[in-house]
Amino acid sequence: MFMQRLLKVALLGASGLVLSGAMGVAQSAEWQPTKPVEVIVPAGAGGASDQMARLITSIVQKHQLMKQPMIIQIKGGASGAEGAMDVQESKGNAHKLFVAFSLIYTLPIATGLPLNWRTLNPVAMIALDEFLLWVNSETPYKNARSFLDAVKAAPPETFKMGGTGSKREDQLISFALGKAYGAKFTYIPYKSGGEAATQLVGKHIDSNVNNPSENIAQWRAGELRALCVFSAQRMAYKNKITKDQSWADIPTCKESGVDVEYQMLRAFFLPPGTTKEQSAFYVDVLKKVVATPEWKDYVERNALKETFSSGPDFVKFLEKDDANHRTLMKEAGFAK
Amino acid sequence: MEHPEKDGAEAVVSQRVADIVVAVGMFAIGVVMMVDNYHLGAGWAADGPQSGYFPFRIGAIICIASVAVLTQTLFYTKGGTEAFVTRARVKHVLLVFVPTVIYVFAIQWLGIYVASALLIAGFMRMMDKYSWLKTLVISVGVNAVLFWLFEIQFLVPLPKGPLEAFFGY
Amino acid sequence: MEDLSSLFHGFAVALTWYNVGMMAIGVVLGVVIGVLPGLGGPNGVAILLPLTFTMEPTSAIIMLSCIYWGTLFAGAITSILFNIPGESHSVATTFDGYPLAQQGRAGEALTSAFTGSFFGAFFAVLLITFLAPLVAKFALRFGPPEFFAVYLLTFCSFIGTGDRPFKTVISMMLGFGLAAIGMDTVSGELRMTFGWSELLRGVDFLVVVIGLFGVGEILITMEEGLAFKGKSAEINAKVVWQTWKKLPKYWLTLIRSSVVGCWMGITPGGATAASFMGYGIAKRFSPEAHKFGTGQLEGVIAPETAAHAAGTSALLPMLALGIPGSATAAVLLGGLMVWGLQPGPLLFVEQKDFVWGLIASMYLSNIAGLIIVLTTVPLFAAILRIPFSIIAPIIIALCAVGAYTVHNATLDIWFMVLFGALGYVLKKLEYPLAPLVLALVLGDRAENAFRQTMLASKGQLGIFWSNPLVGTITTLALLMLIWPLIALIWRKLRPASVRGSVIAAGQPRP
Repeated sequence: MFMQRLLKVALLGASGLVLSGAMGVAQSAEWQPTKPVEVIVPAGAGGASDQMARLITSIVQKHQLMKQPMIIQIKGGASGAEGAMDVQESKGNAHKLFVAFSLIYTLPIATGLPLNWRTLNPVAMIALDEFLLWVNSETPYKNARSFLDAVKAAPPETFKMGGTGSKREDQLISFALGKAYGAKFTYIPYKSGGEAATQLVGKHIDSNVNNPSENIAQWRAGELRALCVFSAQRMAYKNKITKDQSWADIPTCKESGVDVEYQMLRAFFLPPGTTKEQSAFYVDVLKKVVATPEWKDYVERNALKETFSSGPDFVKFLEKDDANHRTLMKEAGFAK
Repeated sequence: MEHPEKDGAEAVVSQRVADIVVAVGMFAIGVVMMVDNYHLGAGWAADGPQSGYFPFRIGAIICIASVAVLTQTLFYTKGGTEAFVTRARVKHVLLVFVPTVIYVFAIQWLGIYVASALLIAGFMRMMDKYSWLKTLVISVGVNAVLFWLFEIQFLVPLPKGPLEAFFGY
Repeated sequence: MEDLSSLFHGFAVALTWYNVGMMAIGVVLGVVIGVLPGLGGPNGVAILLPLTFTMEPTSAIIMLSCIYWGTLFAGAITSILFNIPGESHSVATTFDGYPLAQQGRAGEALTSAFTGSFFGAFFAVLLITFLAPLVAKFALRFGPPEFFAVYLLTFCSFIGTGDRPFKTVISMMLGFGLAAIGMDTVSGELRMTFGWSELLRGVDFLVVVIGLFGVGEILITMEEGLAFKGKSAEINAKVVWQTWKKLPKYWLTLIRSSVVGCWMGITPGGATAASFMGYGIAKRFSPEAHKFGTGQLEGVIAPETAAHAAGTSALLPMLALGIPGSATAAVLLGGLMVWGLQPGPLLFVEQKDFVWGLIASMYLSNIAGLIIVLTTVPLFAAILRIPFSIIAPIIIALCAVGAYTVHNATLDIWFMVLFGALGYVLKKLEYPLAPLVLALVLGDRAENAFRQTMLASKGQLGIFWSNPLVGTITTLALLMLIWPLIALIWRKLRPASVRGSVIAAGQPRP
């Protein structure tokens, strides 16, 4: 009896699901999430991606930009491959939002995993993260040139460069420095940028290429020195962060005669098999998010480069960025 | 093990056989580890150990240690013929283990809440013959509380099935 | 004594009605979260974080850190009552806590666990209050070789040969092997995933522990009759009082575990490593070492004190350096940044109210926490009186929830069942399980530290003696490893006093 009744309820439920699914198609012009949206963070708890995701969820909540709540799911296992593969395999699930960064290019090349951003549904890029060359402030190097010349003069791989993970953005920049300037480092992979920062303060490594947000605390305390930023232009923020420097005071590496550029996208994707309408909904939400004062505040605090692109522009950017990574990965011998 | 029950006291497996089977199983695990990591590179490169270095050796140590356990059991342990588990006891264990396996299967189709309710209800009816009312109240009640805690209060999504979908979750 | 006046100022900040209310709410929530497998400290704090964005940062962190204390306290509850560690740092508590509960002494075990936790936390808070800047500097001296040496020390202080050396070795190596599944951080290559993307994330420690201990225990309980032992546990205020009277005897264990815990929290080896190390050291130096694992109060106090000391002191590197000493601290760190506070060396200078308010709240909330958990002891012990046919399926369901939530993966529930069966078999064949768990927790961290070291030293092992700090730790670790041998020689020289323990160690197989 009981089982029968239960079965009946279950069947009813199943038909309900089909029905609501059909309704979803009918109103697809104004698609909206019908249940909580999982935000997949393919990185560790407390890291830059996690912080950004948490800020965005709190902005969405505070300004009521969505009817359904957003739930953050940390899937940082295997350098983010856990989260990336989860999204890749959640075909057609528009209630999963993927917080992406350059791992979408490097991961498949380095590991041979069947991850392909072209099969995902691109939503939007909301910022570009900068990379800087940092040394301990007790060292005598005042600019990028003098430091890299010292690296060049020493026997190869005497100097130690620390960074996040292996065969990823930090190691690529380290490799690019060797390629463009002849400065060859021993690269030591750590679990997080925070770890690379404290290891540099403790002089266990000679330099790192952390994002602004990863080193700002140590920079302000006068423990680390920023030598140059790996971008075409200087950063825009002119407020003094340390006693005498603002982000805008840091020269670009190119100005210092080191021709290496690298910026990392902070973007969102939906799983494969989702529709244009669905991504349009999230583009709209994100547009509202980046217009809030909280977001502006966050971007400035973490010295991110403000940018917003979606649709064909975004895809064009992705293609170009992908090609750059592919060449660099191949040259570095990281391709599997 | 000193007081075997009267019925079903005969051994299903003896301690000795169980020891041997497990040791052989461990040996196999060790071999798999060695083979997989050998392909990855198990040497000591110029910059320290390769990624397969440690796992390869760990596999080797498992193999050696399981051979040691095997030798000990086969040649140096007298007796060991006492039961690893008796028929009566294995029945008790299976009484929990089999429903647990079915339960995990059910989670995939019904979601964790419905499956858990069925599991609790099943145990209560089968082991202690509680009344239907009590069974229903406890099995549904516990899961309602879990649902409220995980899905509503803490927003931790657990596997859900058609019933939850019916209510829009 | 500038610190002291800052602290009193902190008490003034923390002791408003509003903040005290936040503390109580935090601790109670923390206990609930800690008891339920599947909801852990990082989880609970992360979920409540957005709610606090509108609050004043000091009140917010007081509430969130109280949730953290609550989960630390509560981890012991399920470990002792059901042999299921709710949190990874309470695995070592099961070794003696569960046997105690089976003997009907659950009340004693819980009381000593909570009191030990309190002691450890208090010790750590004192350390933070008076030595914060100094300790923060010390943590900076830890590079890869030092980390490896600390892990080595943990292993060496915990692993004894035991009476079944080969089975111990197999168990430990199995743990290392499981830890190696997934991506290798140093090379970025995939190991032992056999082309299966579900194995990418590796096999999580909690899943294995829930299976081996939780499900495995239910199977063993089933075999021996259909009830949990120790139902008759008598729990009232008298038990608490009587247990307290016994505790001063263990003063050395309490202090030793606190020191170990603070050390591991700051460096940051973490609370889990600390609890194992605390247990291992207590066992090694206890005159009743052979009784460990059969229900010794000391075996409950040692890991709990160390875990709580580590969990508390882990906040120090978070505040002073911006590096989180634990997963929960990592989430709190994210919170600090959202509130617009920049953790790091300048926090103590720029945000005096916040820092000292937090430190003062640590004193108060640990006292509040102890009172709250002690009053709930009878409540939790009453769970043991629920009939087996009701509680067993509920425990299985909670284990499944716990295993699932680690990675939101159904496969992990299957792993849990698999390890449950494995735990049952291994336990009956007298394979020790603790070495497996320890190796699984620390295995890949130790390997990473070792290989980072080798990258830096270009393969030279001499780096482990390259400075006094790392040299001392490494030597200490090796000493710990051969300690049983030293003890044996020592005993041989003075044969009369130790006959009993030698016989116990050399018992023939049953």
